[in-house]
Amino acid sequence: MKFIPYIQATVNGLLVGSLYSVIAMGLTIIFGVMRIINMAHGELIMLGMYAAFWAFTLLKLGQMAALLISLPLFLVLGAALYGGVVNRVERRAGEMGTLLVTAGLSYLVANAAQLVWKANYRSLPSALTTRSLFLGGISLNYSLLWAFVAAVMLTAVTYLFLIYTDPGRAIRATAQDREAAALMGVRIHRINMLAFALGTALAGMAGVLLTPVFYVYPYVGRVFLVKAFVVVVLGGMGSILGAWLGGLLFGVVESVASMFIPSGYRDALGLVVFLLVLLFKPSGLFGRSRV
Amino acid sequence: MRKLLLASLAVVALAIYPLLVRNRFFLHLSIMVLLYALLGTSWNLLGGYTGQISFGHAAFFGTGAYASTILLLRFGISPWLGMFAGALLALLLSLPLGWLTFRLRGPYFALSTLAFAEIVRVIVYNWDTLTGGGDGLNILTDLGGVVRFYYIILALAVAGFLVMRVCVRSRWGYFLNAIREDEDAAEALGVPATRMKVIALAVSAFFVALGGSFFASYQLYINPDLVYESQISIQMIVVTIVGGIGTLEGPAVGALIIVPLSEYFRSLSPVANPLIYGLFIVIFMLFLPEGIVSGVRQLLTRPKAAASEKQERVSAKA
Repeated sequence: MKFIPYIQATVNGLLVGSLYSVIAMGLTIIFGVMRIINMAHGELIMLGMYAAFWAFTLLKLGQMAALLISLPLFLVLGAALYGGVVNRVERRAGEMGTLLVTAGLSYLVANAAQLVWKANYRSLPSALTTRSLFLGGISLNYSLLWAFVAAVMLTAVTYLFLIYTDPGRAIRATAQDREAAALMGVRIHRINMLAFALGTALAGMAGVLLTPVFYVYPYVGRVFLVKAFVVVVLGGMGSILGAWLGGLLFGVVESVASMFIPSGYRDALGLVVFLLVLLFKPSGLFGRSRV
Repeated sequence: MRKLLLASLAVVALAIYPLLVRNRFFLHLSIMVLLYALLGTSWNLLGGYTGQISFGHAAFFGTGAYASTILLLRFGISPWLGMFAGALLALLLSLPLGWLTFRLRGPYFALSTLAFAEIVRVIVYNWDTLTGGGDGLNILTDLGGVVRFYYIILALAVAGFLVMRVCVRSRWGYFLNAIREDEDAAEALGVPATRMKVIALAVSAFFVALGGSFFASYQLYINPDLVYESQISIQMIVVTIVGGIGTLEGPAVGALIIVPLSEYFRSLSPVANPLIYGLFIVIFMLFLPEGIVSGVRQLLTRPKAAASEKQERVSAKA
């Protein structure tokens, strides 16, 4: 039974990794379609976490209800962000401008959250979050298990949406070749907005799912943003499938490696993975080279 | 000629300023303005002129601060030397990062900078036998009064400005500009884009680290949260954007506006202070992305020409 801890770590890594996948998919859809890196992606996750936290504690809602309520909210938020800020800046200042303005947004939102909600680390009552299911020596946390199931469903729905629906096809076409898509009658502006809304919603819902298993605090977004970058590069930038597999893989790597790495250096793991990928397989493990 | 006269007048005014103003707070404020002018100017070489956005320049700032402080405390080496040792160390640190990320097409550099700054902070935090860990390092010897530090940072800021001026007006500066505008075209014309970007990052890191060393000697105390804080990276970006990204005078003008404002907001509410930086970035990117310097220049020189140019751009787009 020497291997039990490793199996446990792998399982935990897979469960958490499924959430990384959702986050990274949001980021990669926005990047794939618009060539925009949304530096505020982490803060959208943070907002989702707070939304879920208040929904659980104040409104006494269940996880499914919180997820369903947050979906339209974050879709609207994403569309508004695109229409009100990102698109306007992109037209005047290009790719560099969107990078800077989303970074500004990120800093603004994180610090506004700090001001309004204070720097407290919040977590849900442990009665809700620590129950576990035991399967042959492996313990599965119920909340994490539910988050995993929901994350897999979200991933599947997003994937099916992109593959089989007309708007999904339009998104993929725009990601492949903007001009050609426009010539085929795709309304680029609308597709951009849709992609941004979709990416935002995925971030927000990942936040909702993360709430029972992570601390909620104003600067938490930064942690997940860096992880999302690592996953996106690992899977190949702009690749949906890559983001999904990359998330699972990074979750496992992180979870298993943390058994060997001194705890102080655990946060540095992401960059090491990041640099290794850039060094040996810059197009990502599962991606075609876009260079 | 008029420009040269104006510039030397400004430097002379800055040089006699501490003889007239003896108020410690104003001197401190001026030191911070000059420090951020230096940091912004250095960031601008990479962010503004080369178009490569770094969110992690605090890594170089902190490295400069720690290197000179450790050299002073451990080996008794004067910060005059330690400053340059720290800057060289930051330069060396920037090379592998630049080489790895700039070879690739795409925003890999911007993506990696956040994690890069974080990993450097984590290492400094955990290597406590050398760096004192979270407790930080105290410099117990007095390194001089506030007036002395004012002149040091004035010299550094002017030197940084002049070096950047020479850089951006050189052949190499035009290469950087070409890379920012269209990297493929630049490479097609024979510009070795990767190498140029790596060098721009190295020069930028060098001067930011000089600022970091200065900060450590001036404050006499550093810890990882003070000098590796992401706020430092953000502040460099803010002063550059507000003043004018990709303009020589921009960061200095931005620092002159942002640093006093920031001190004022800090006195109102320490929590709200960082919020202001984010707000400034968003507002300026939305309404005046070219910054104050270019905005004023357009207003002063050729309002009509600017308007017709805008018209042209609109019609070209349509």
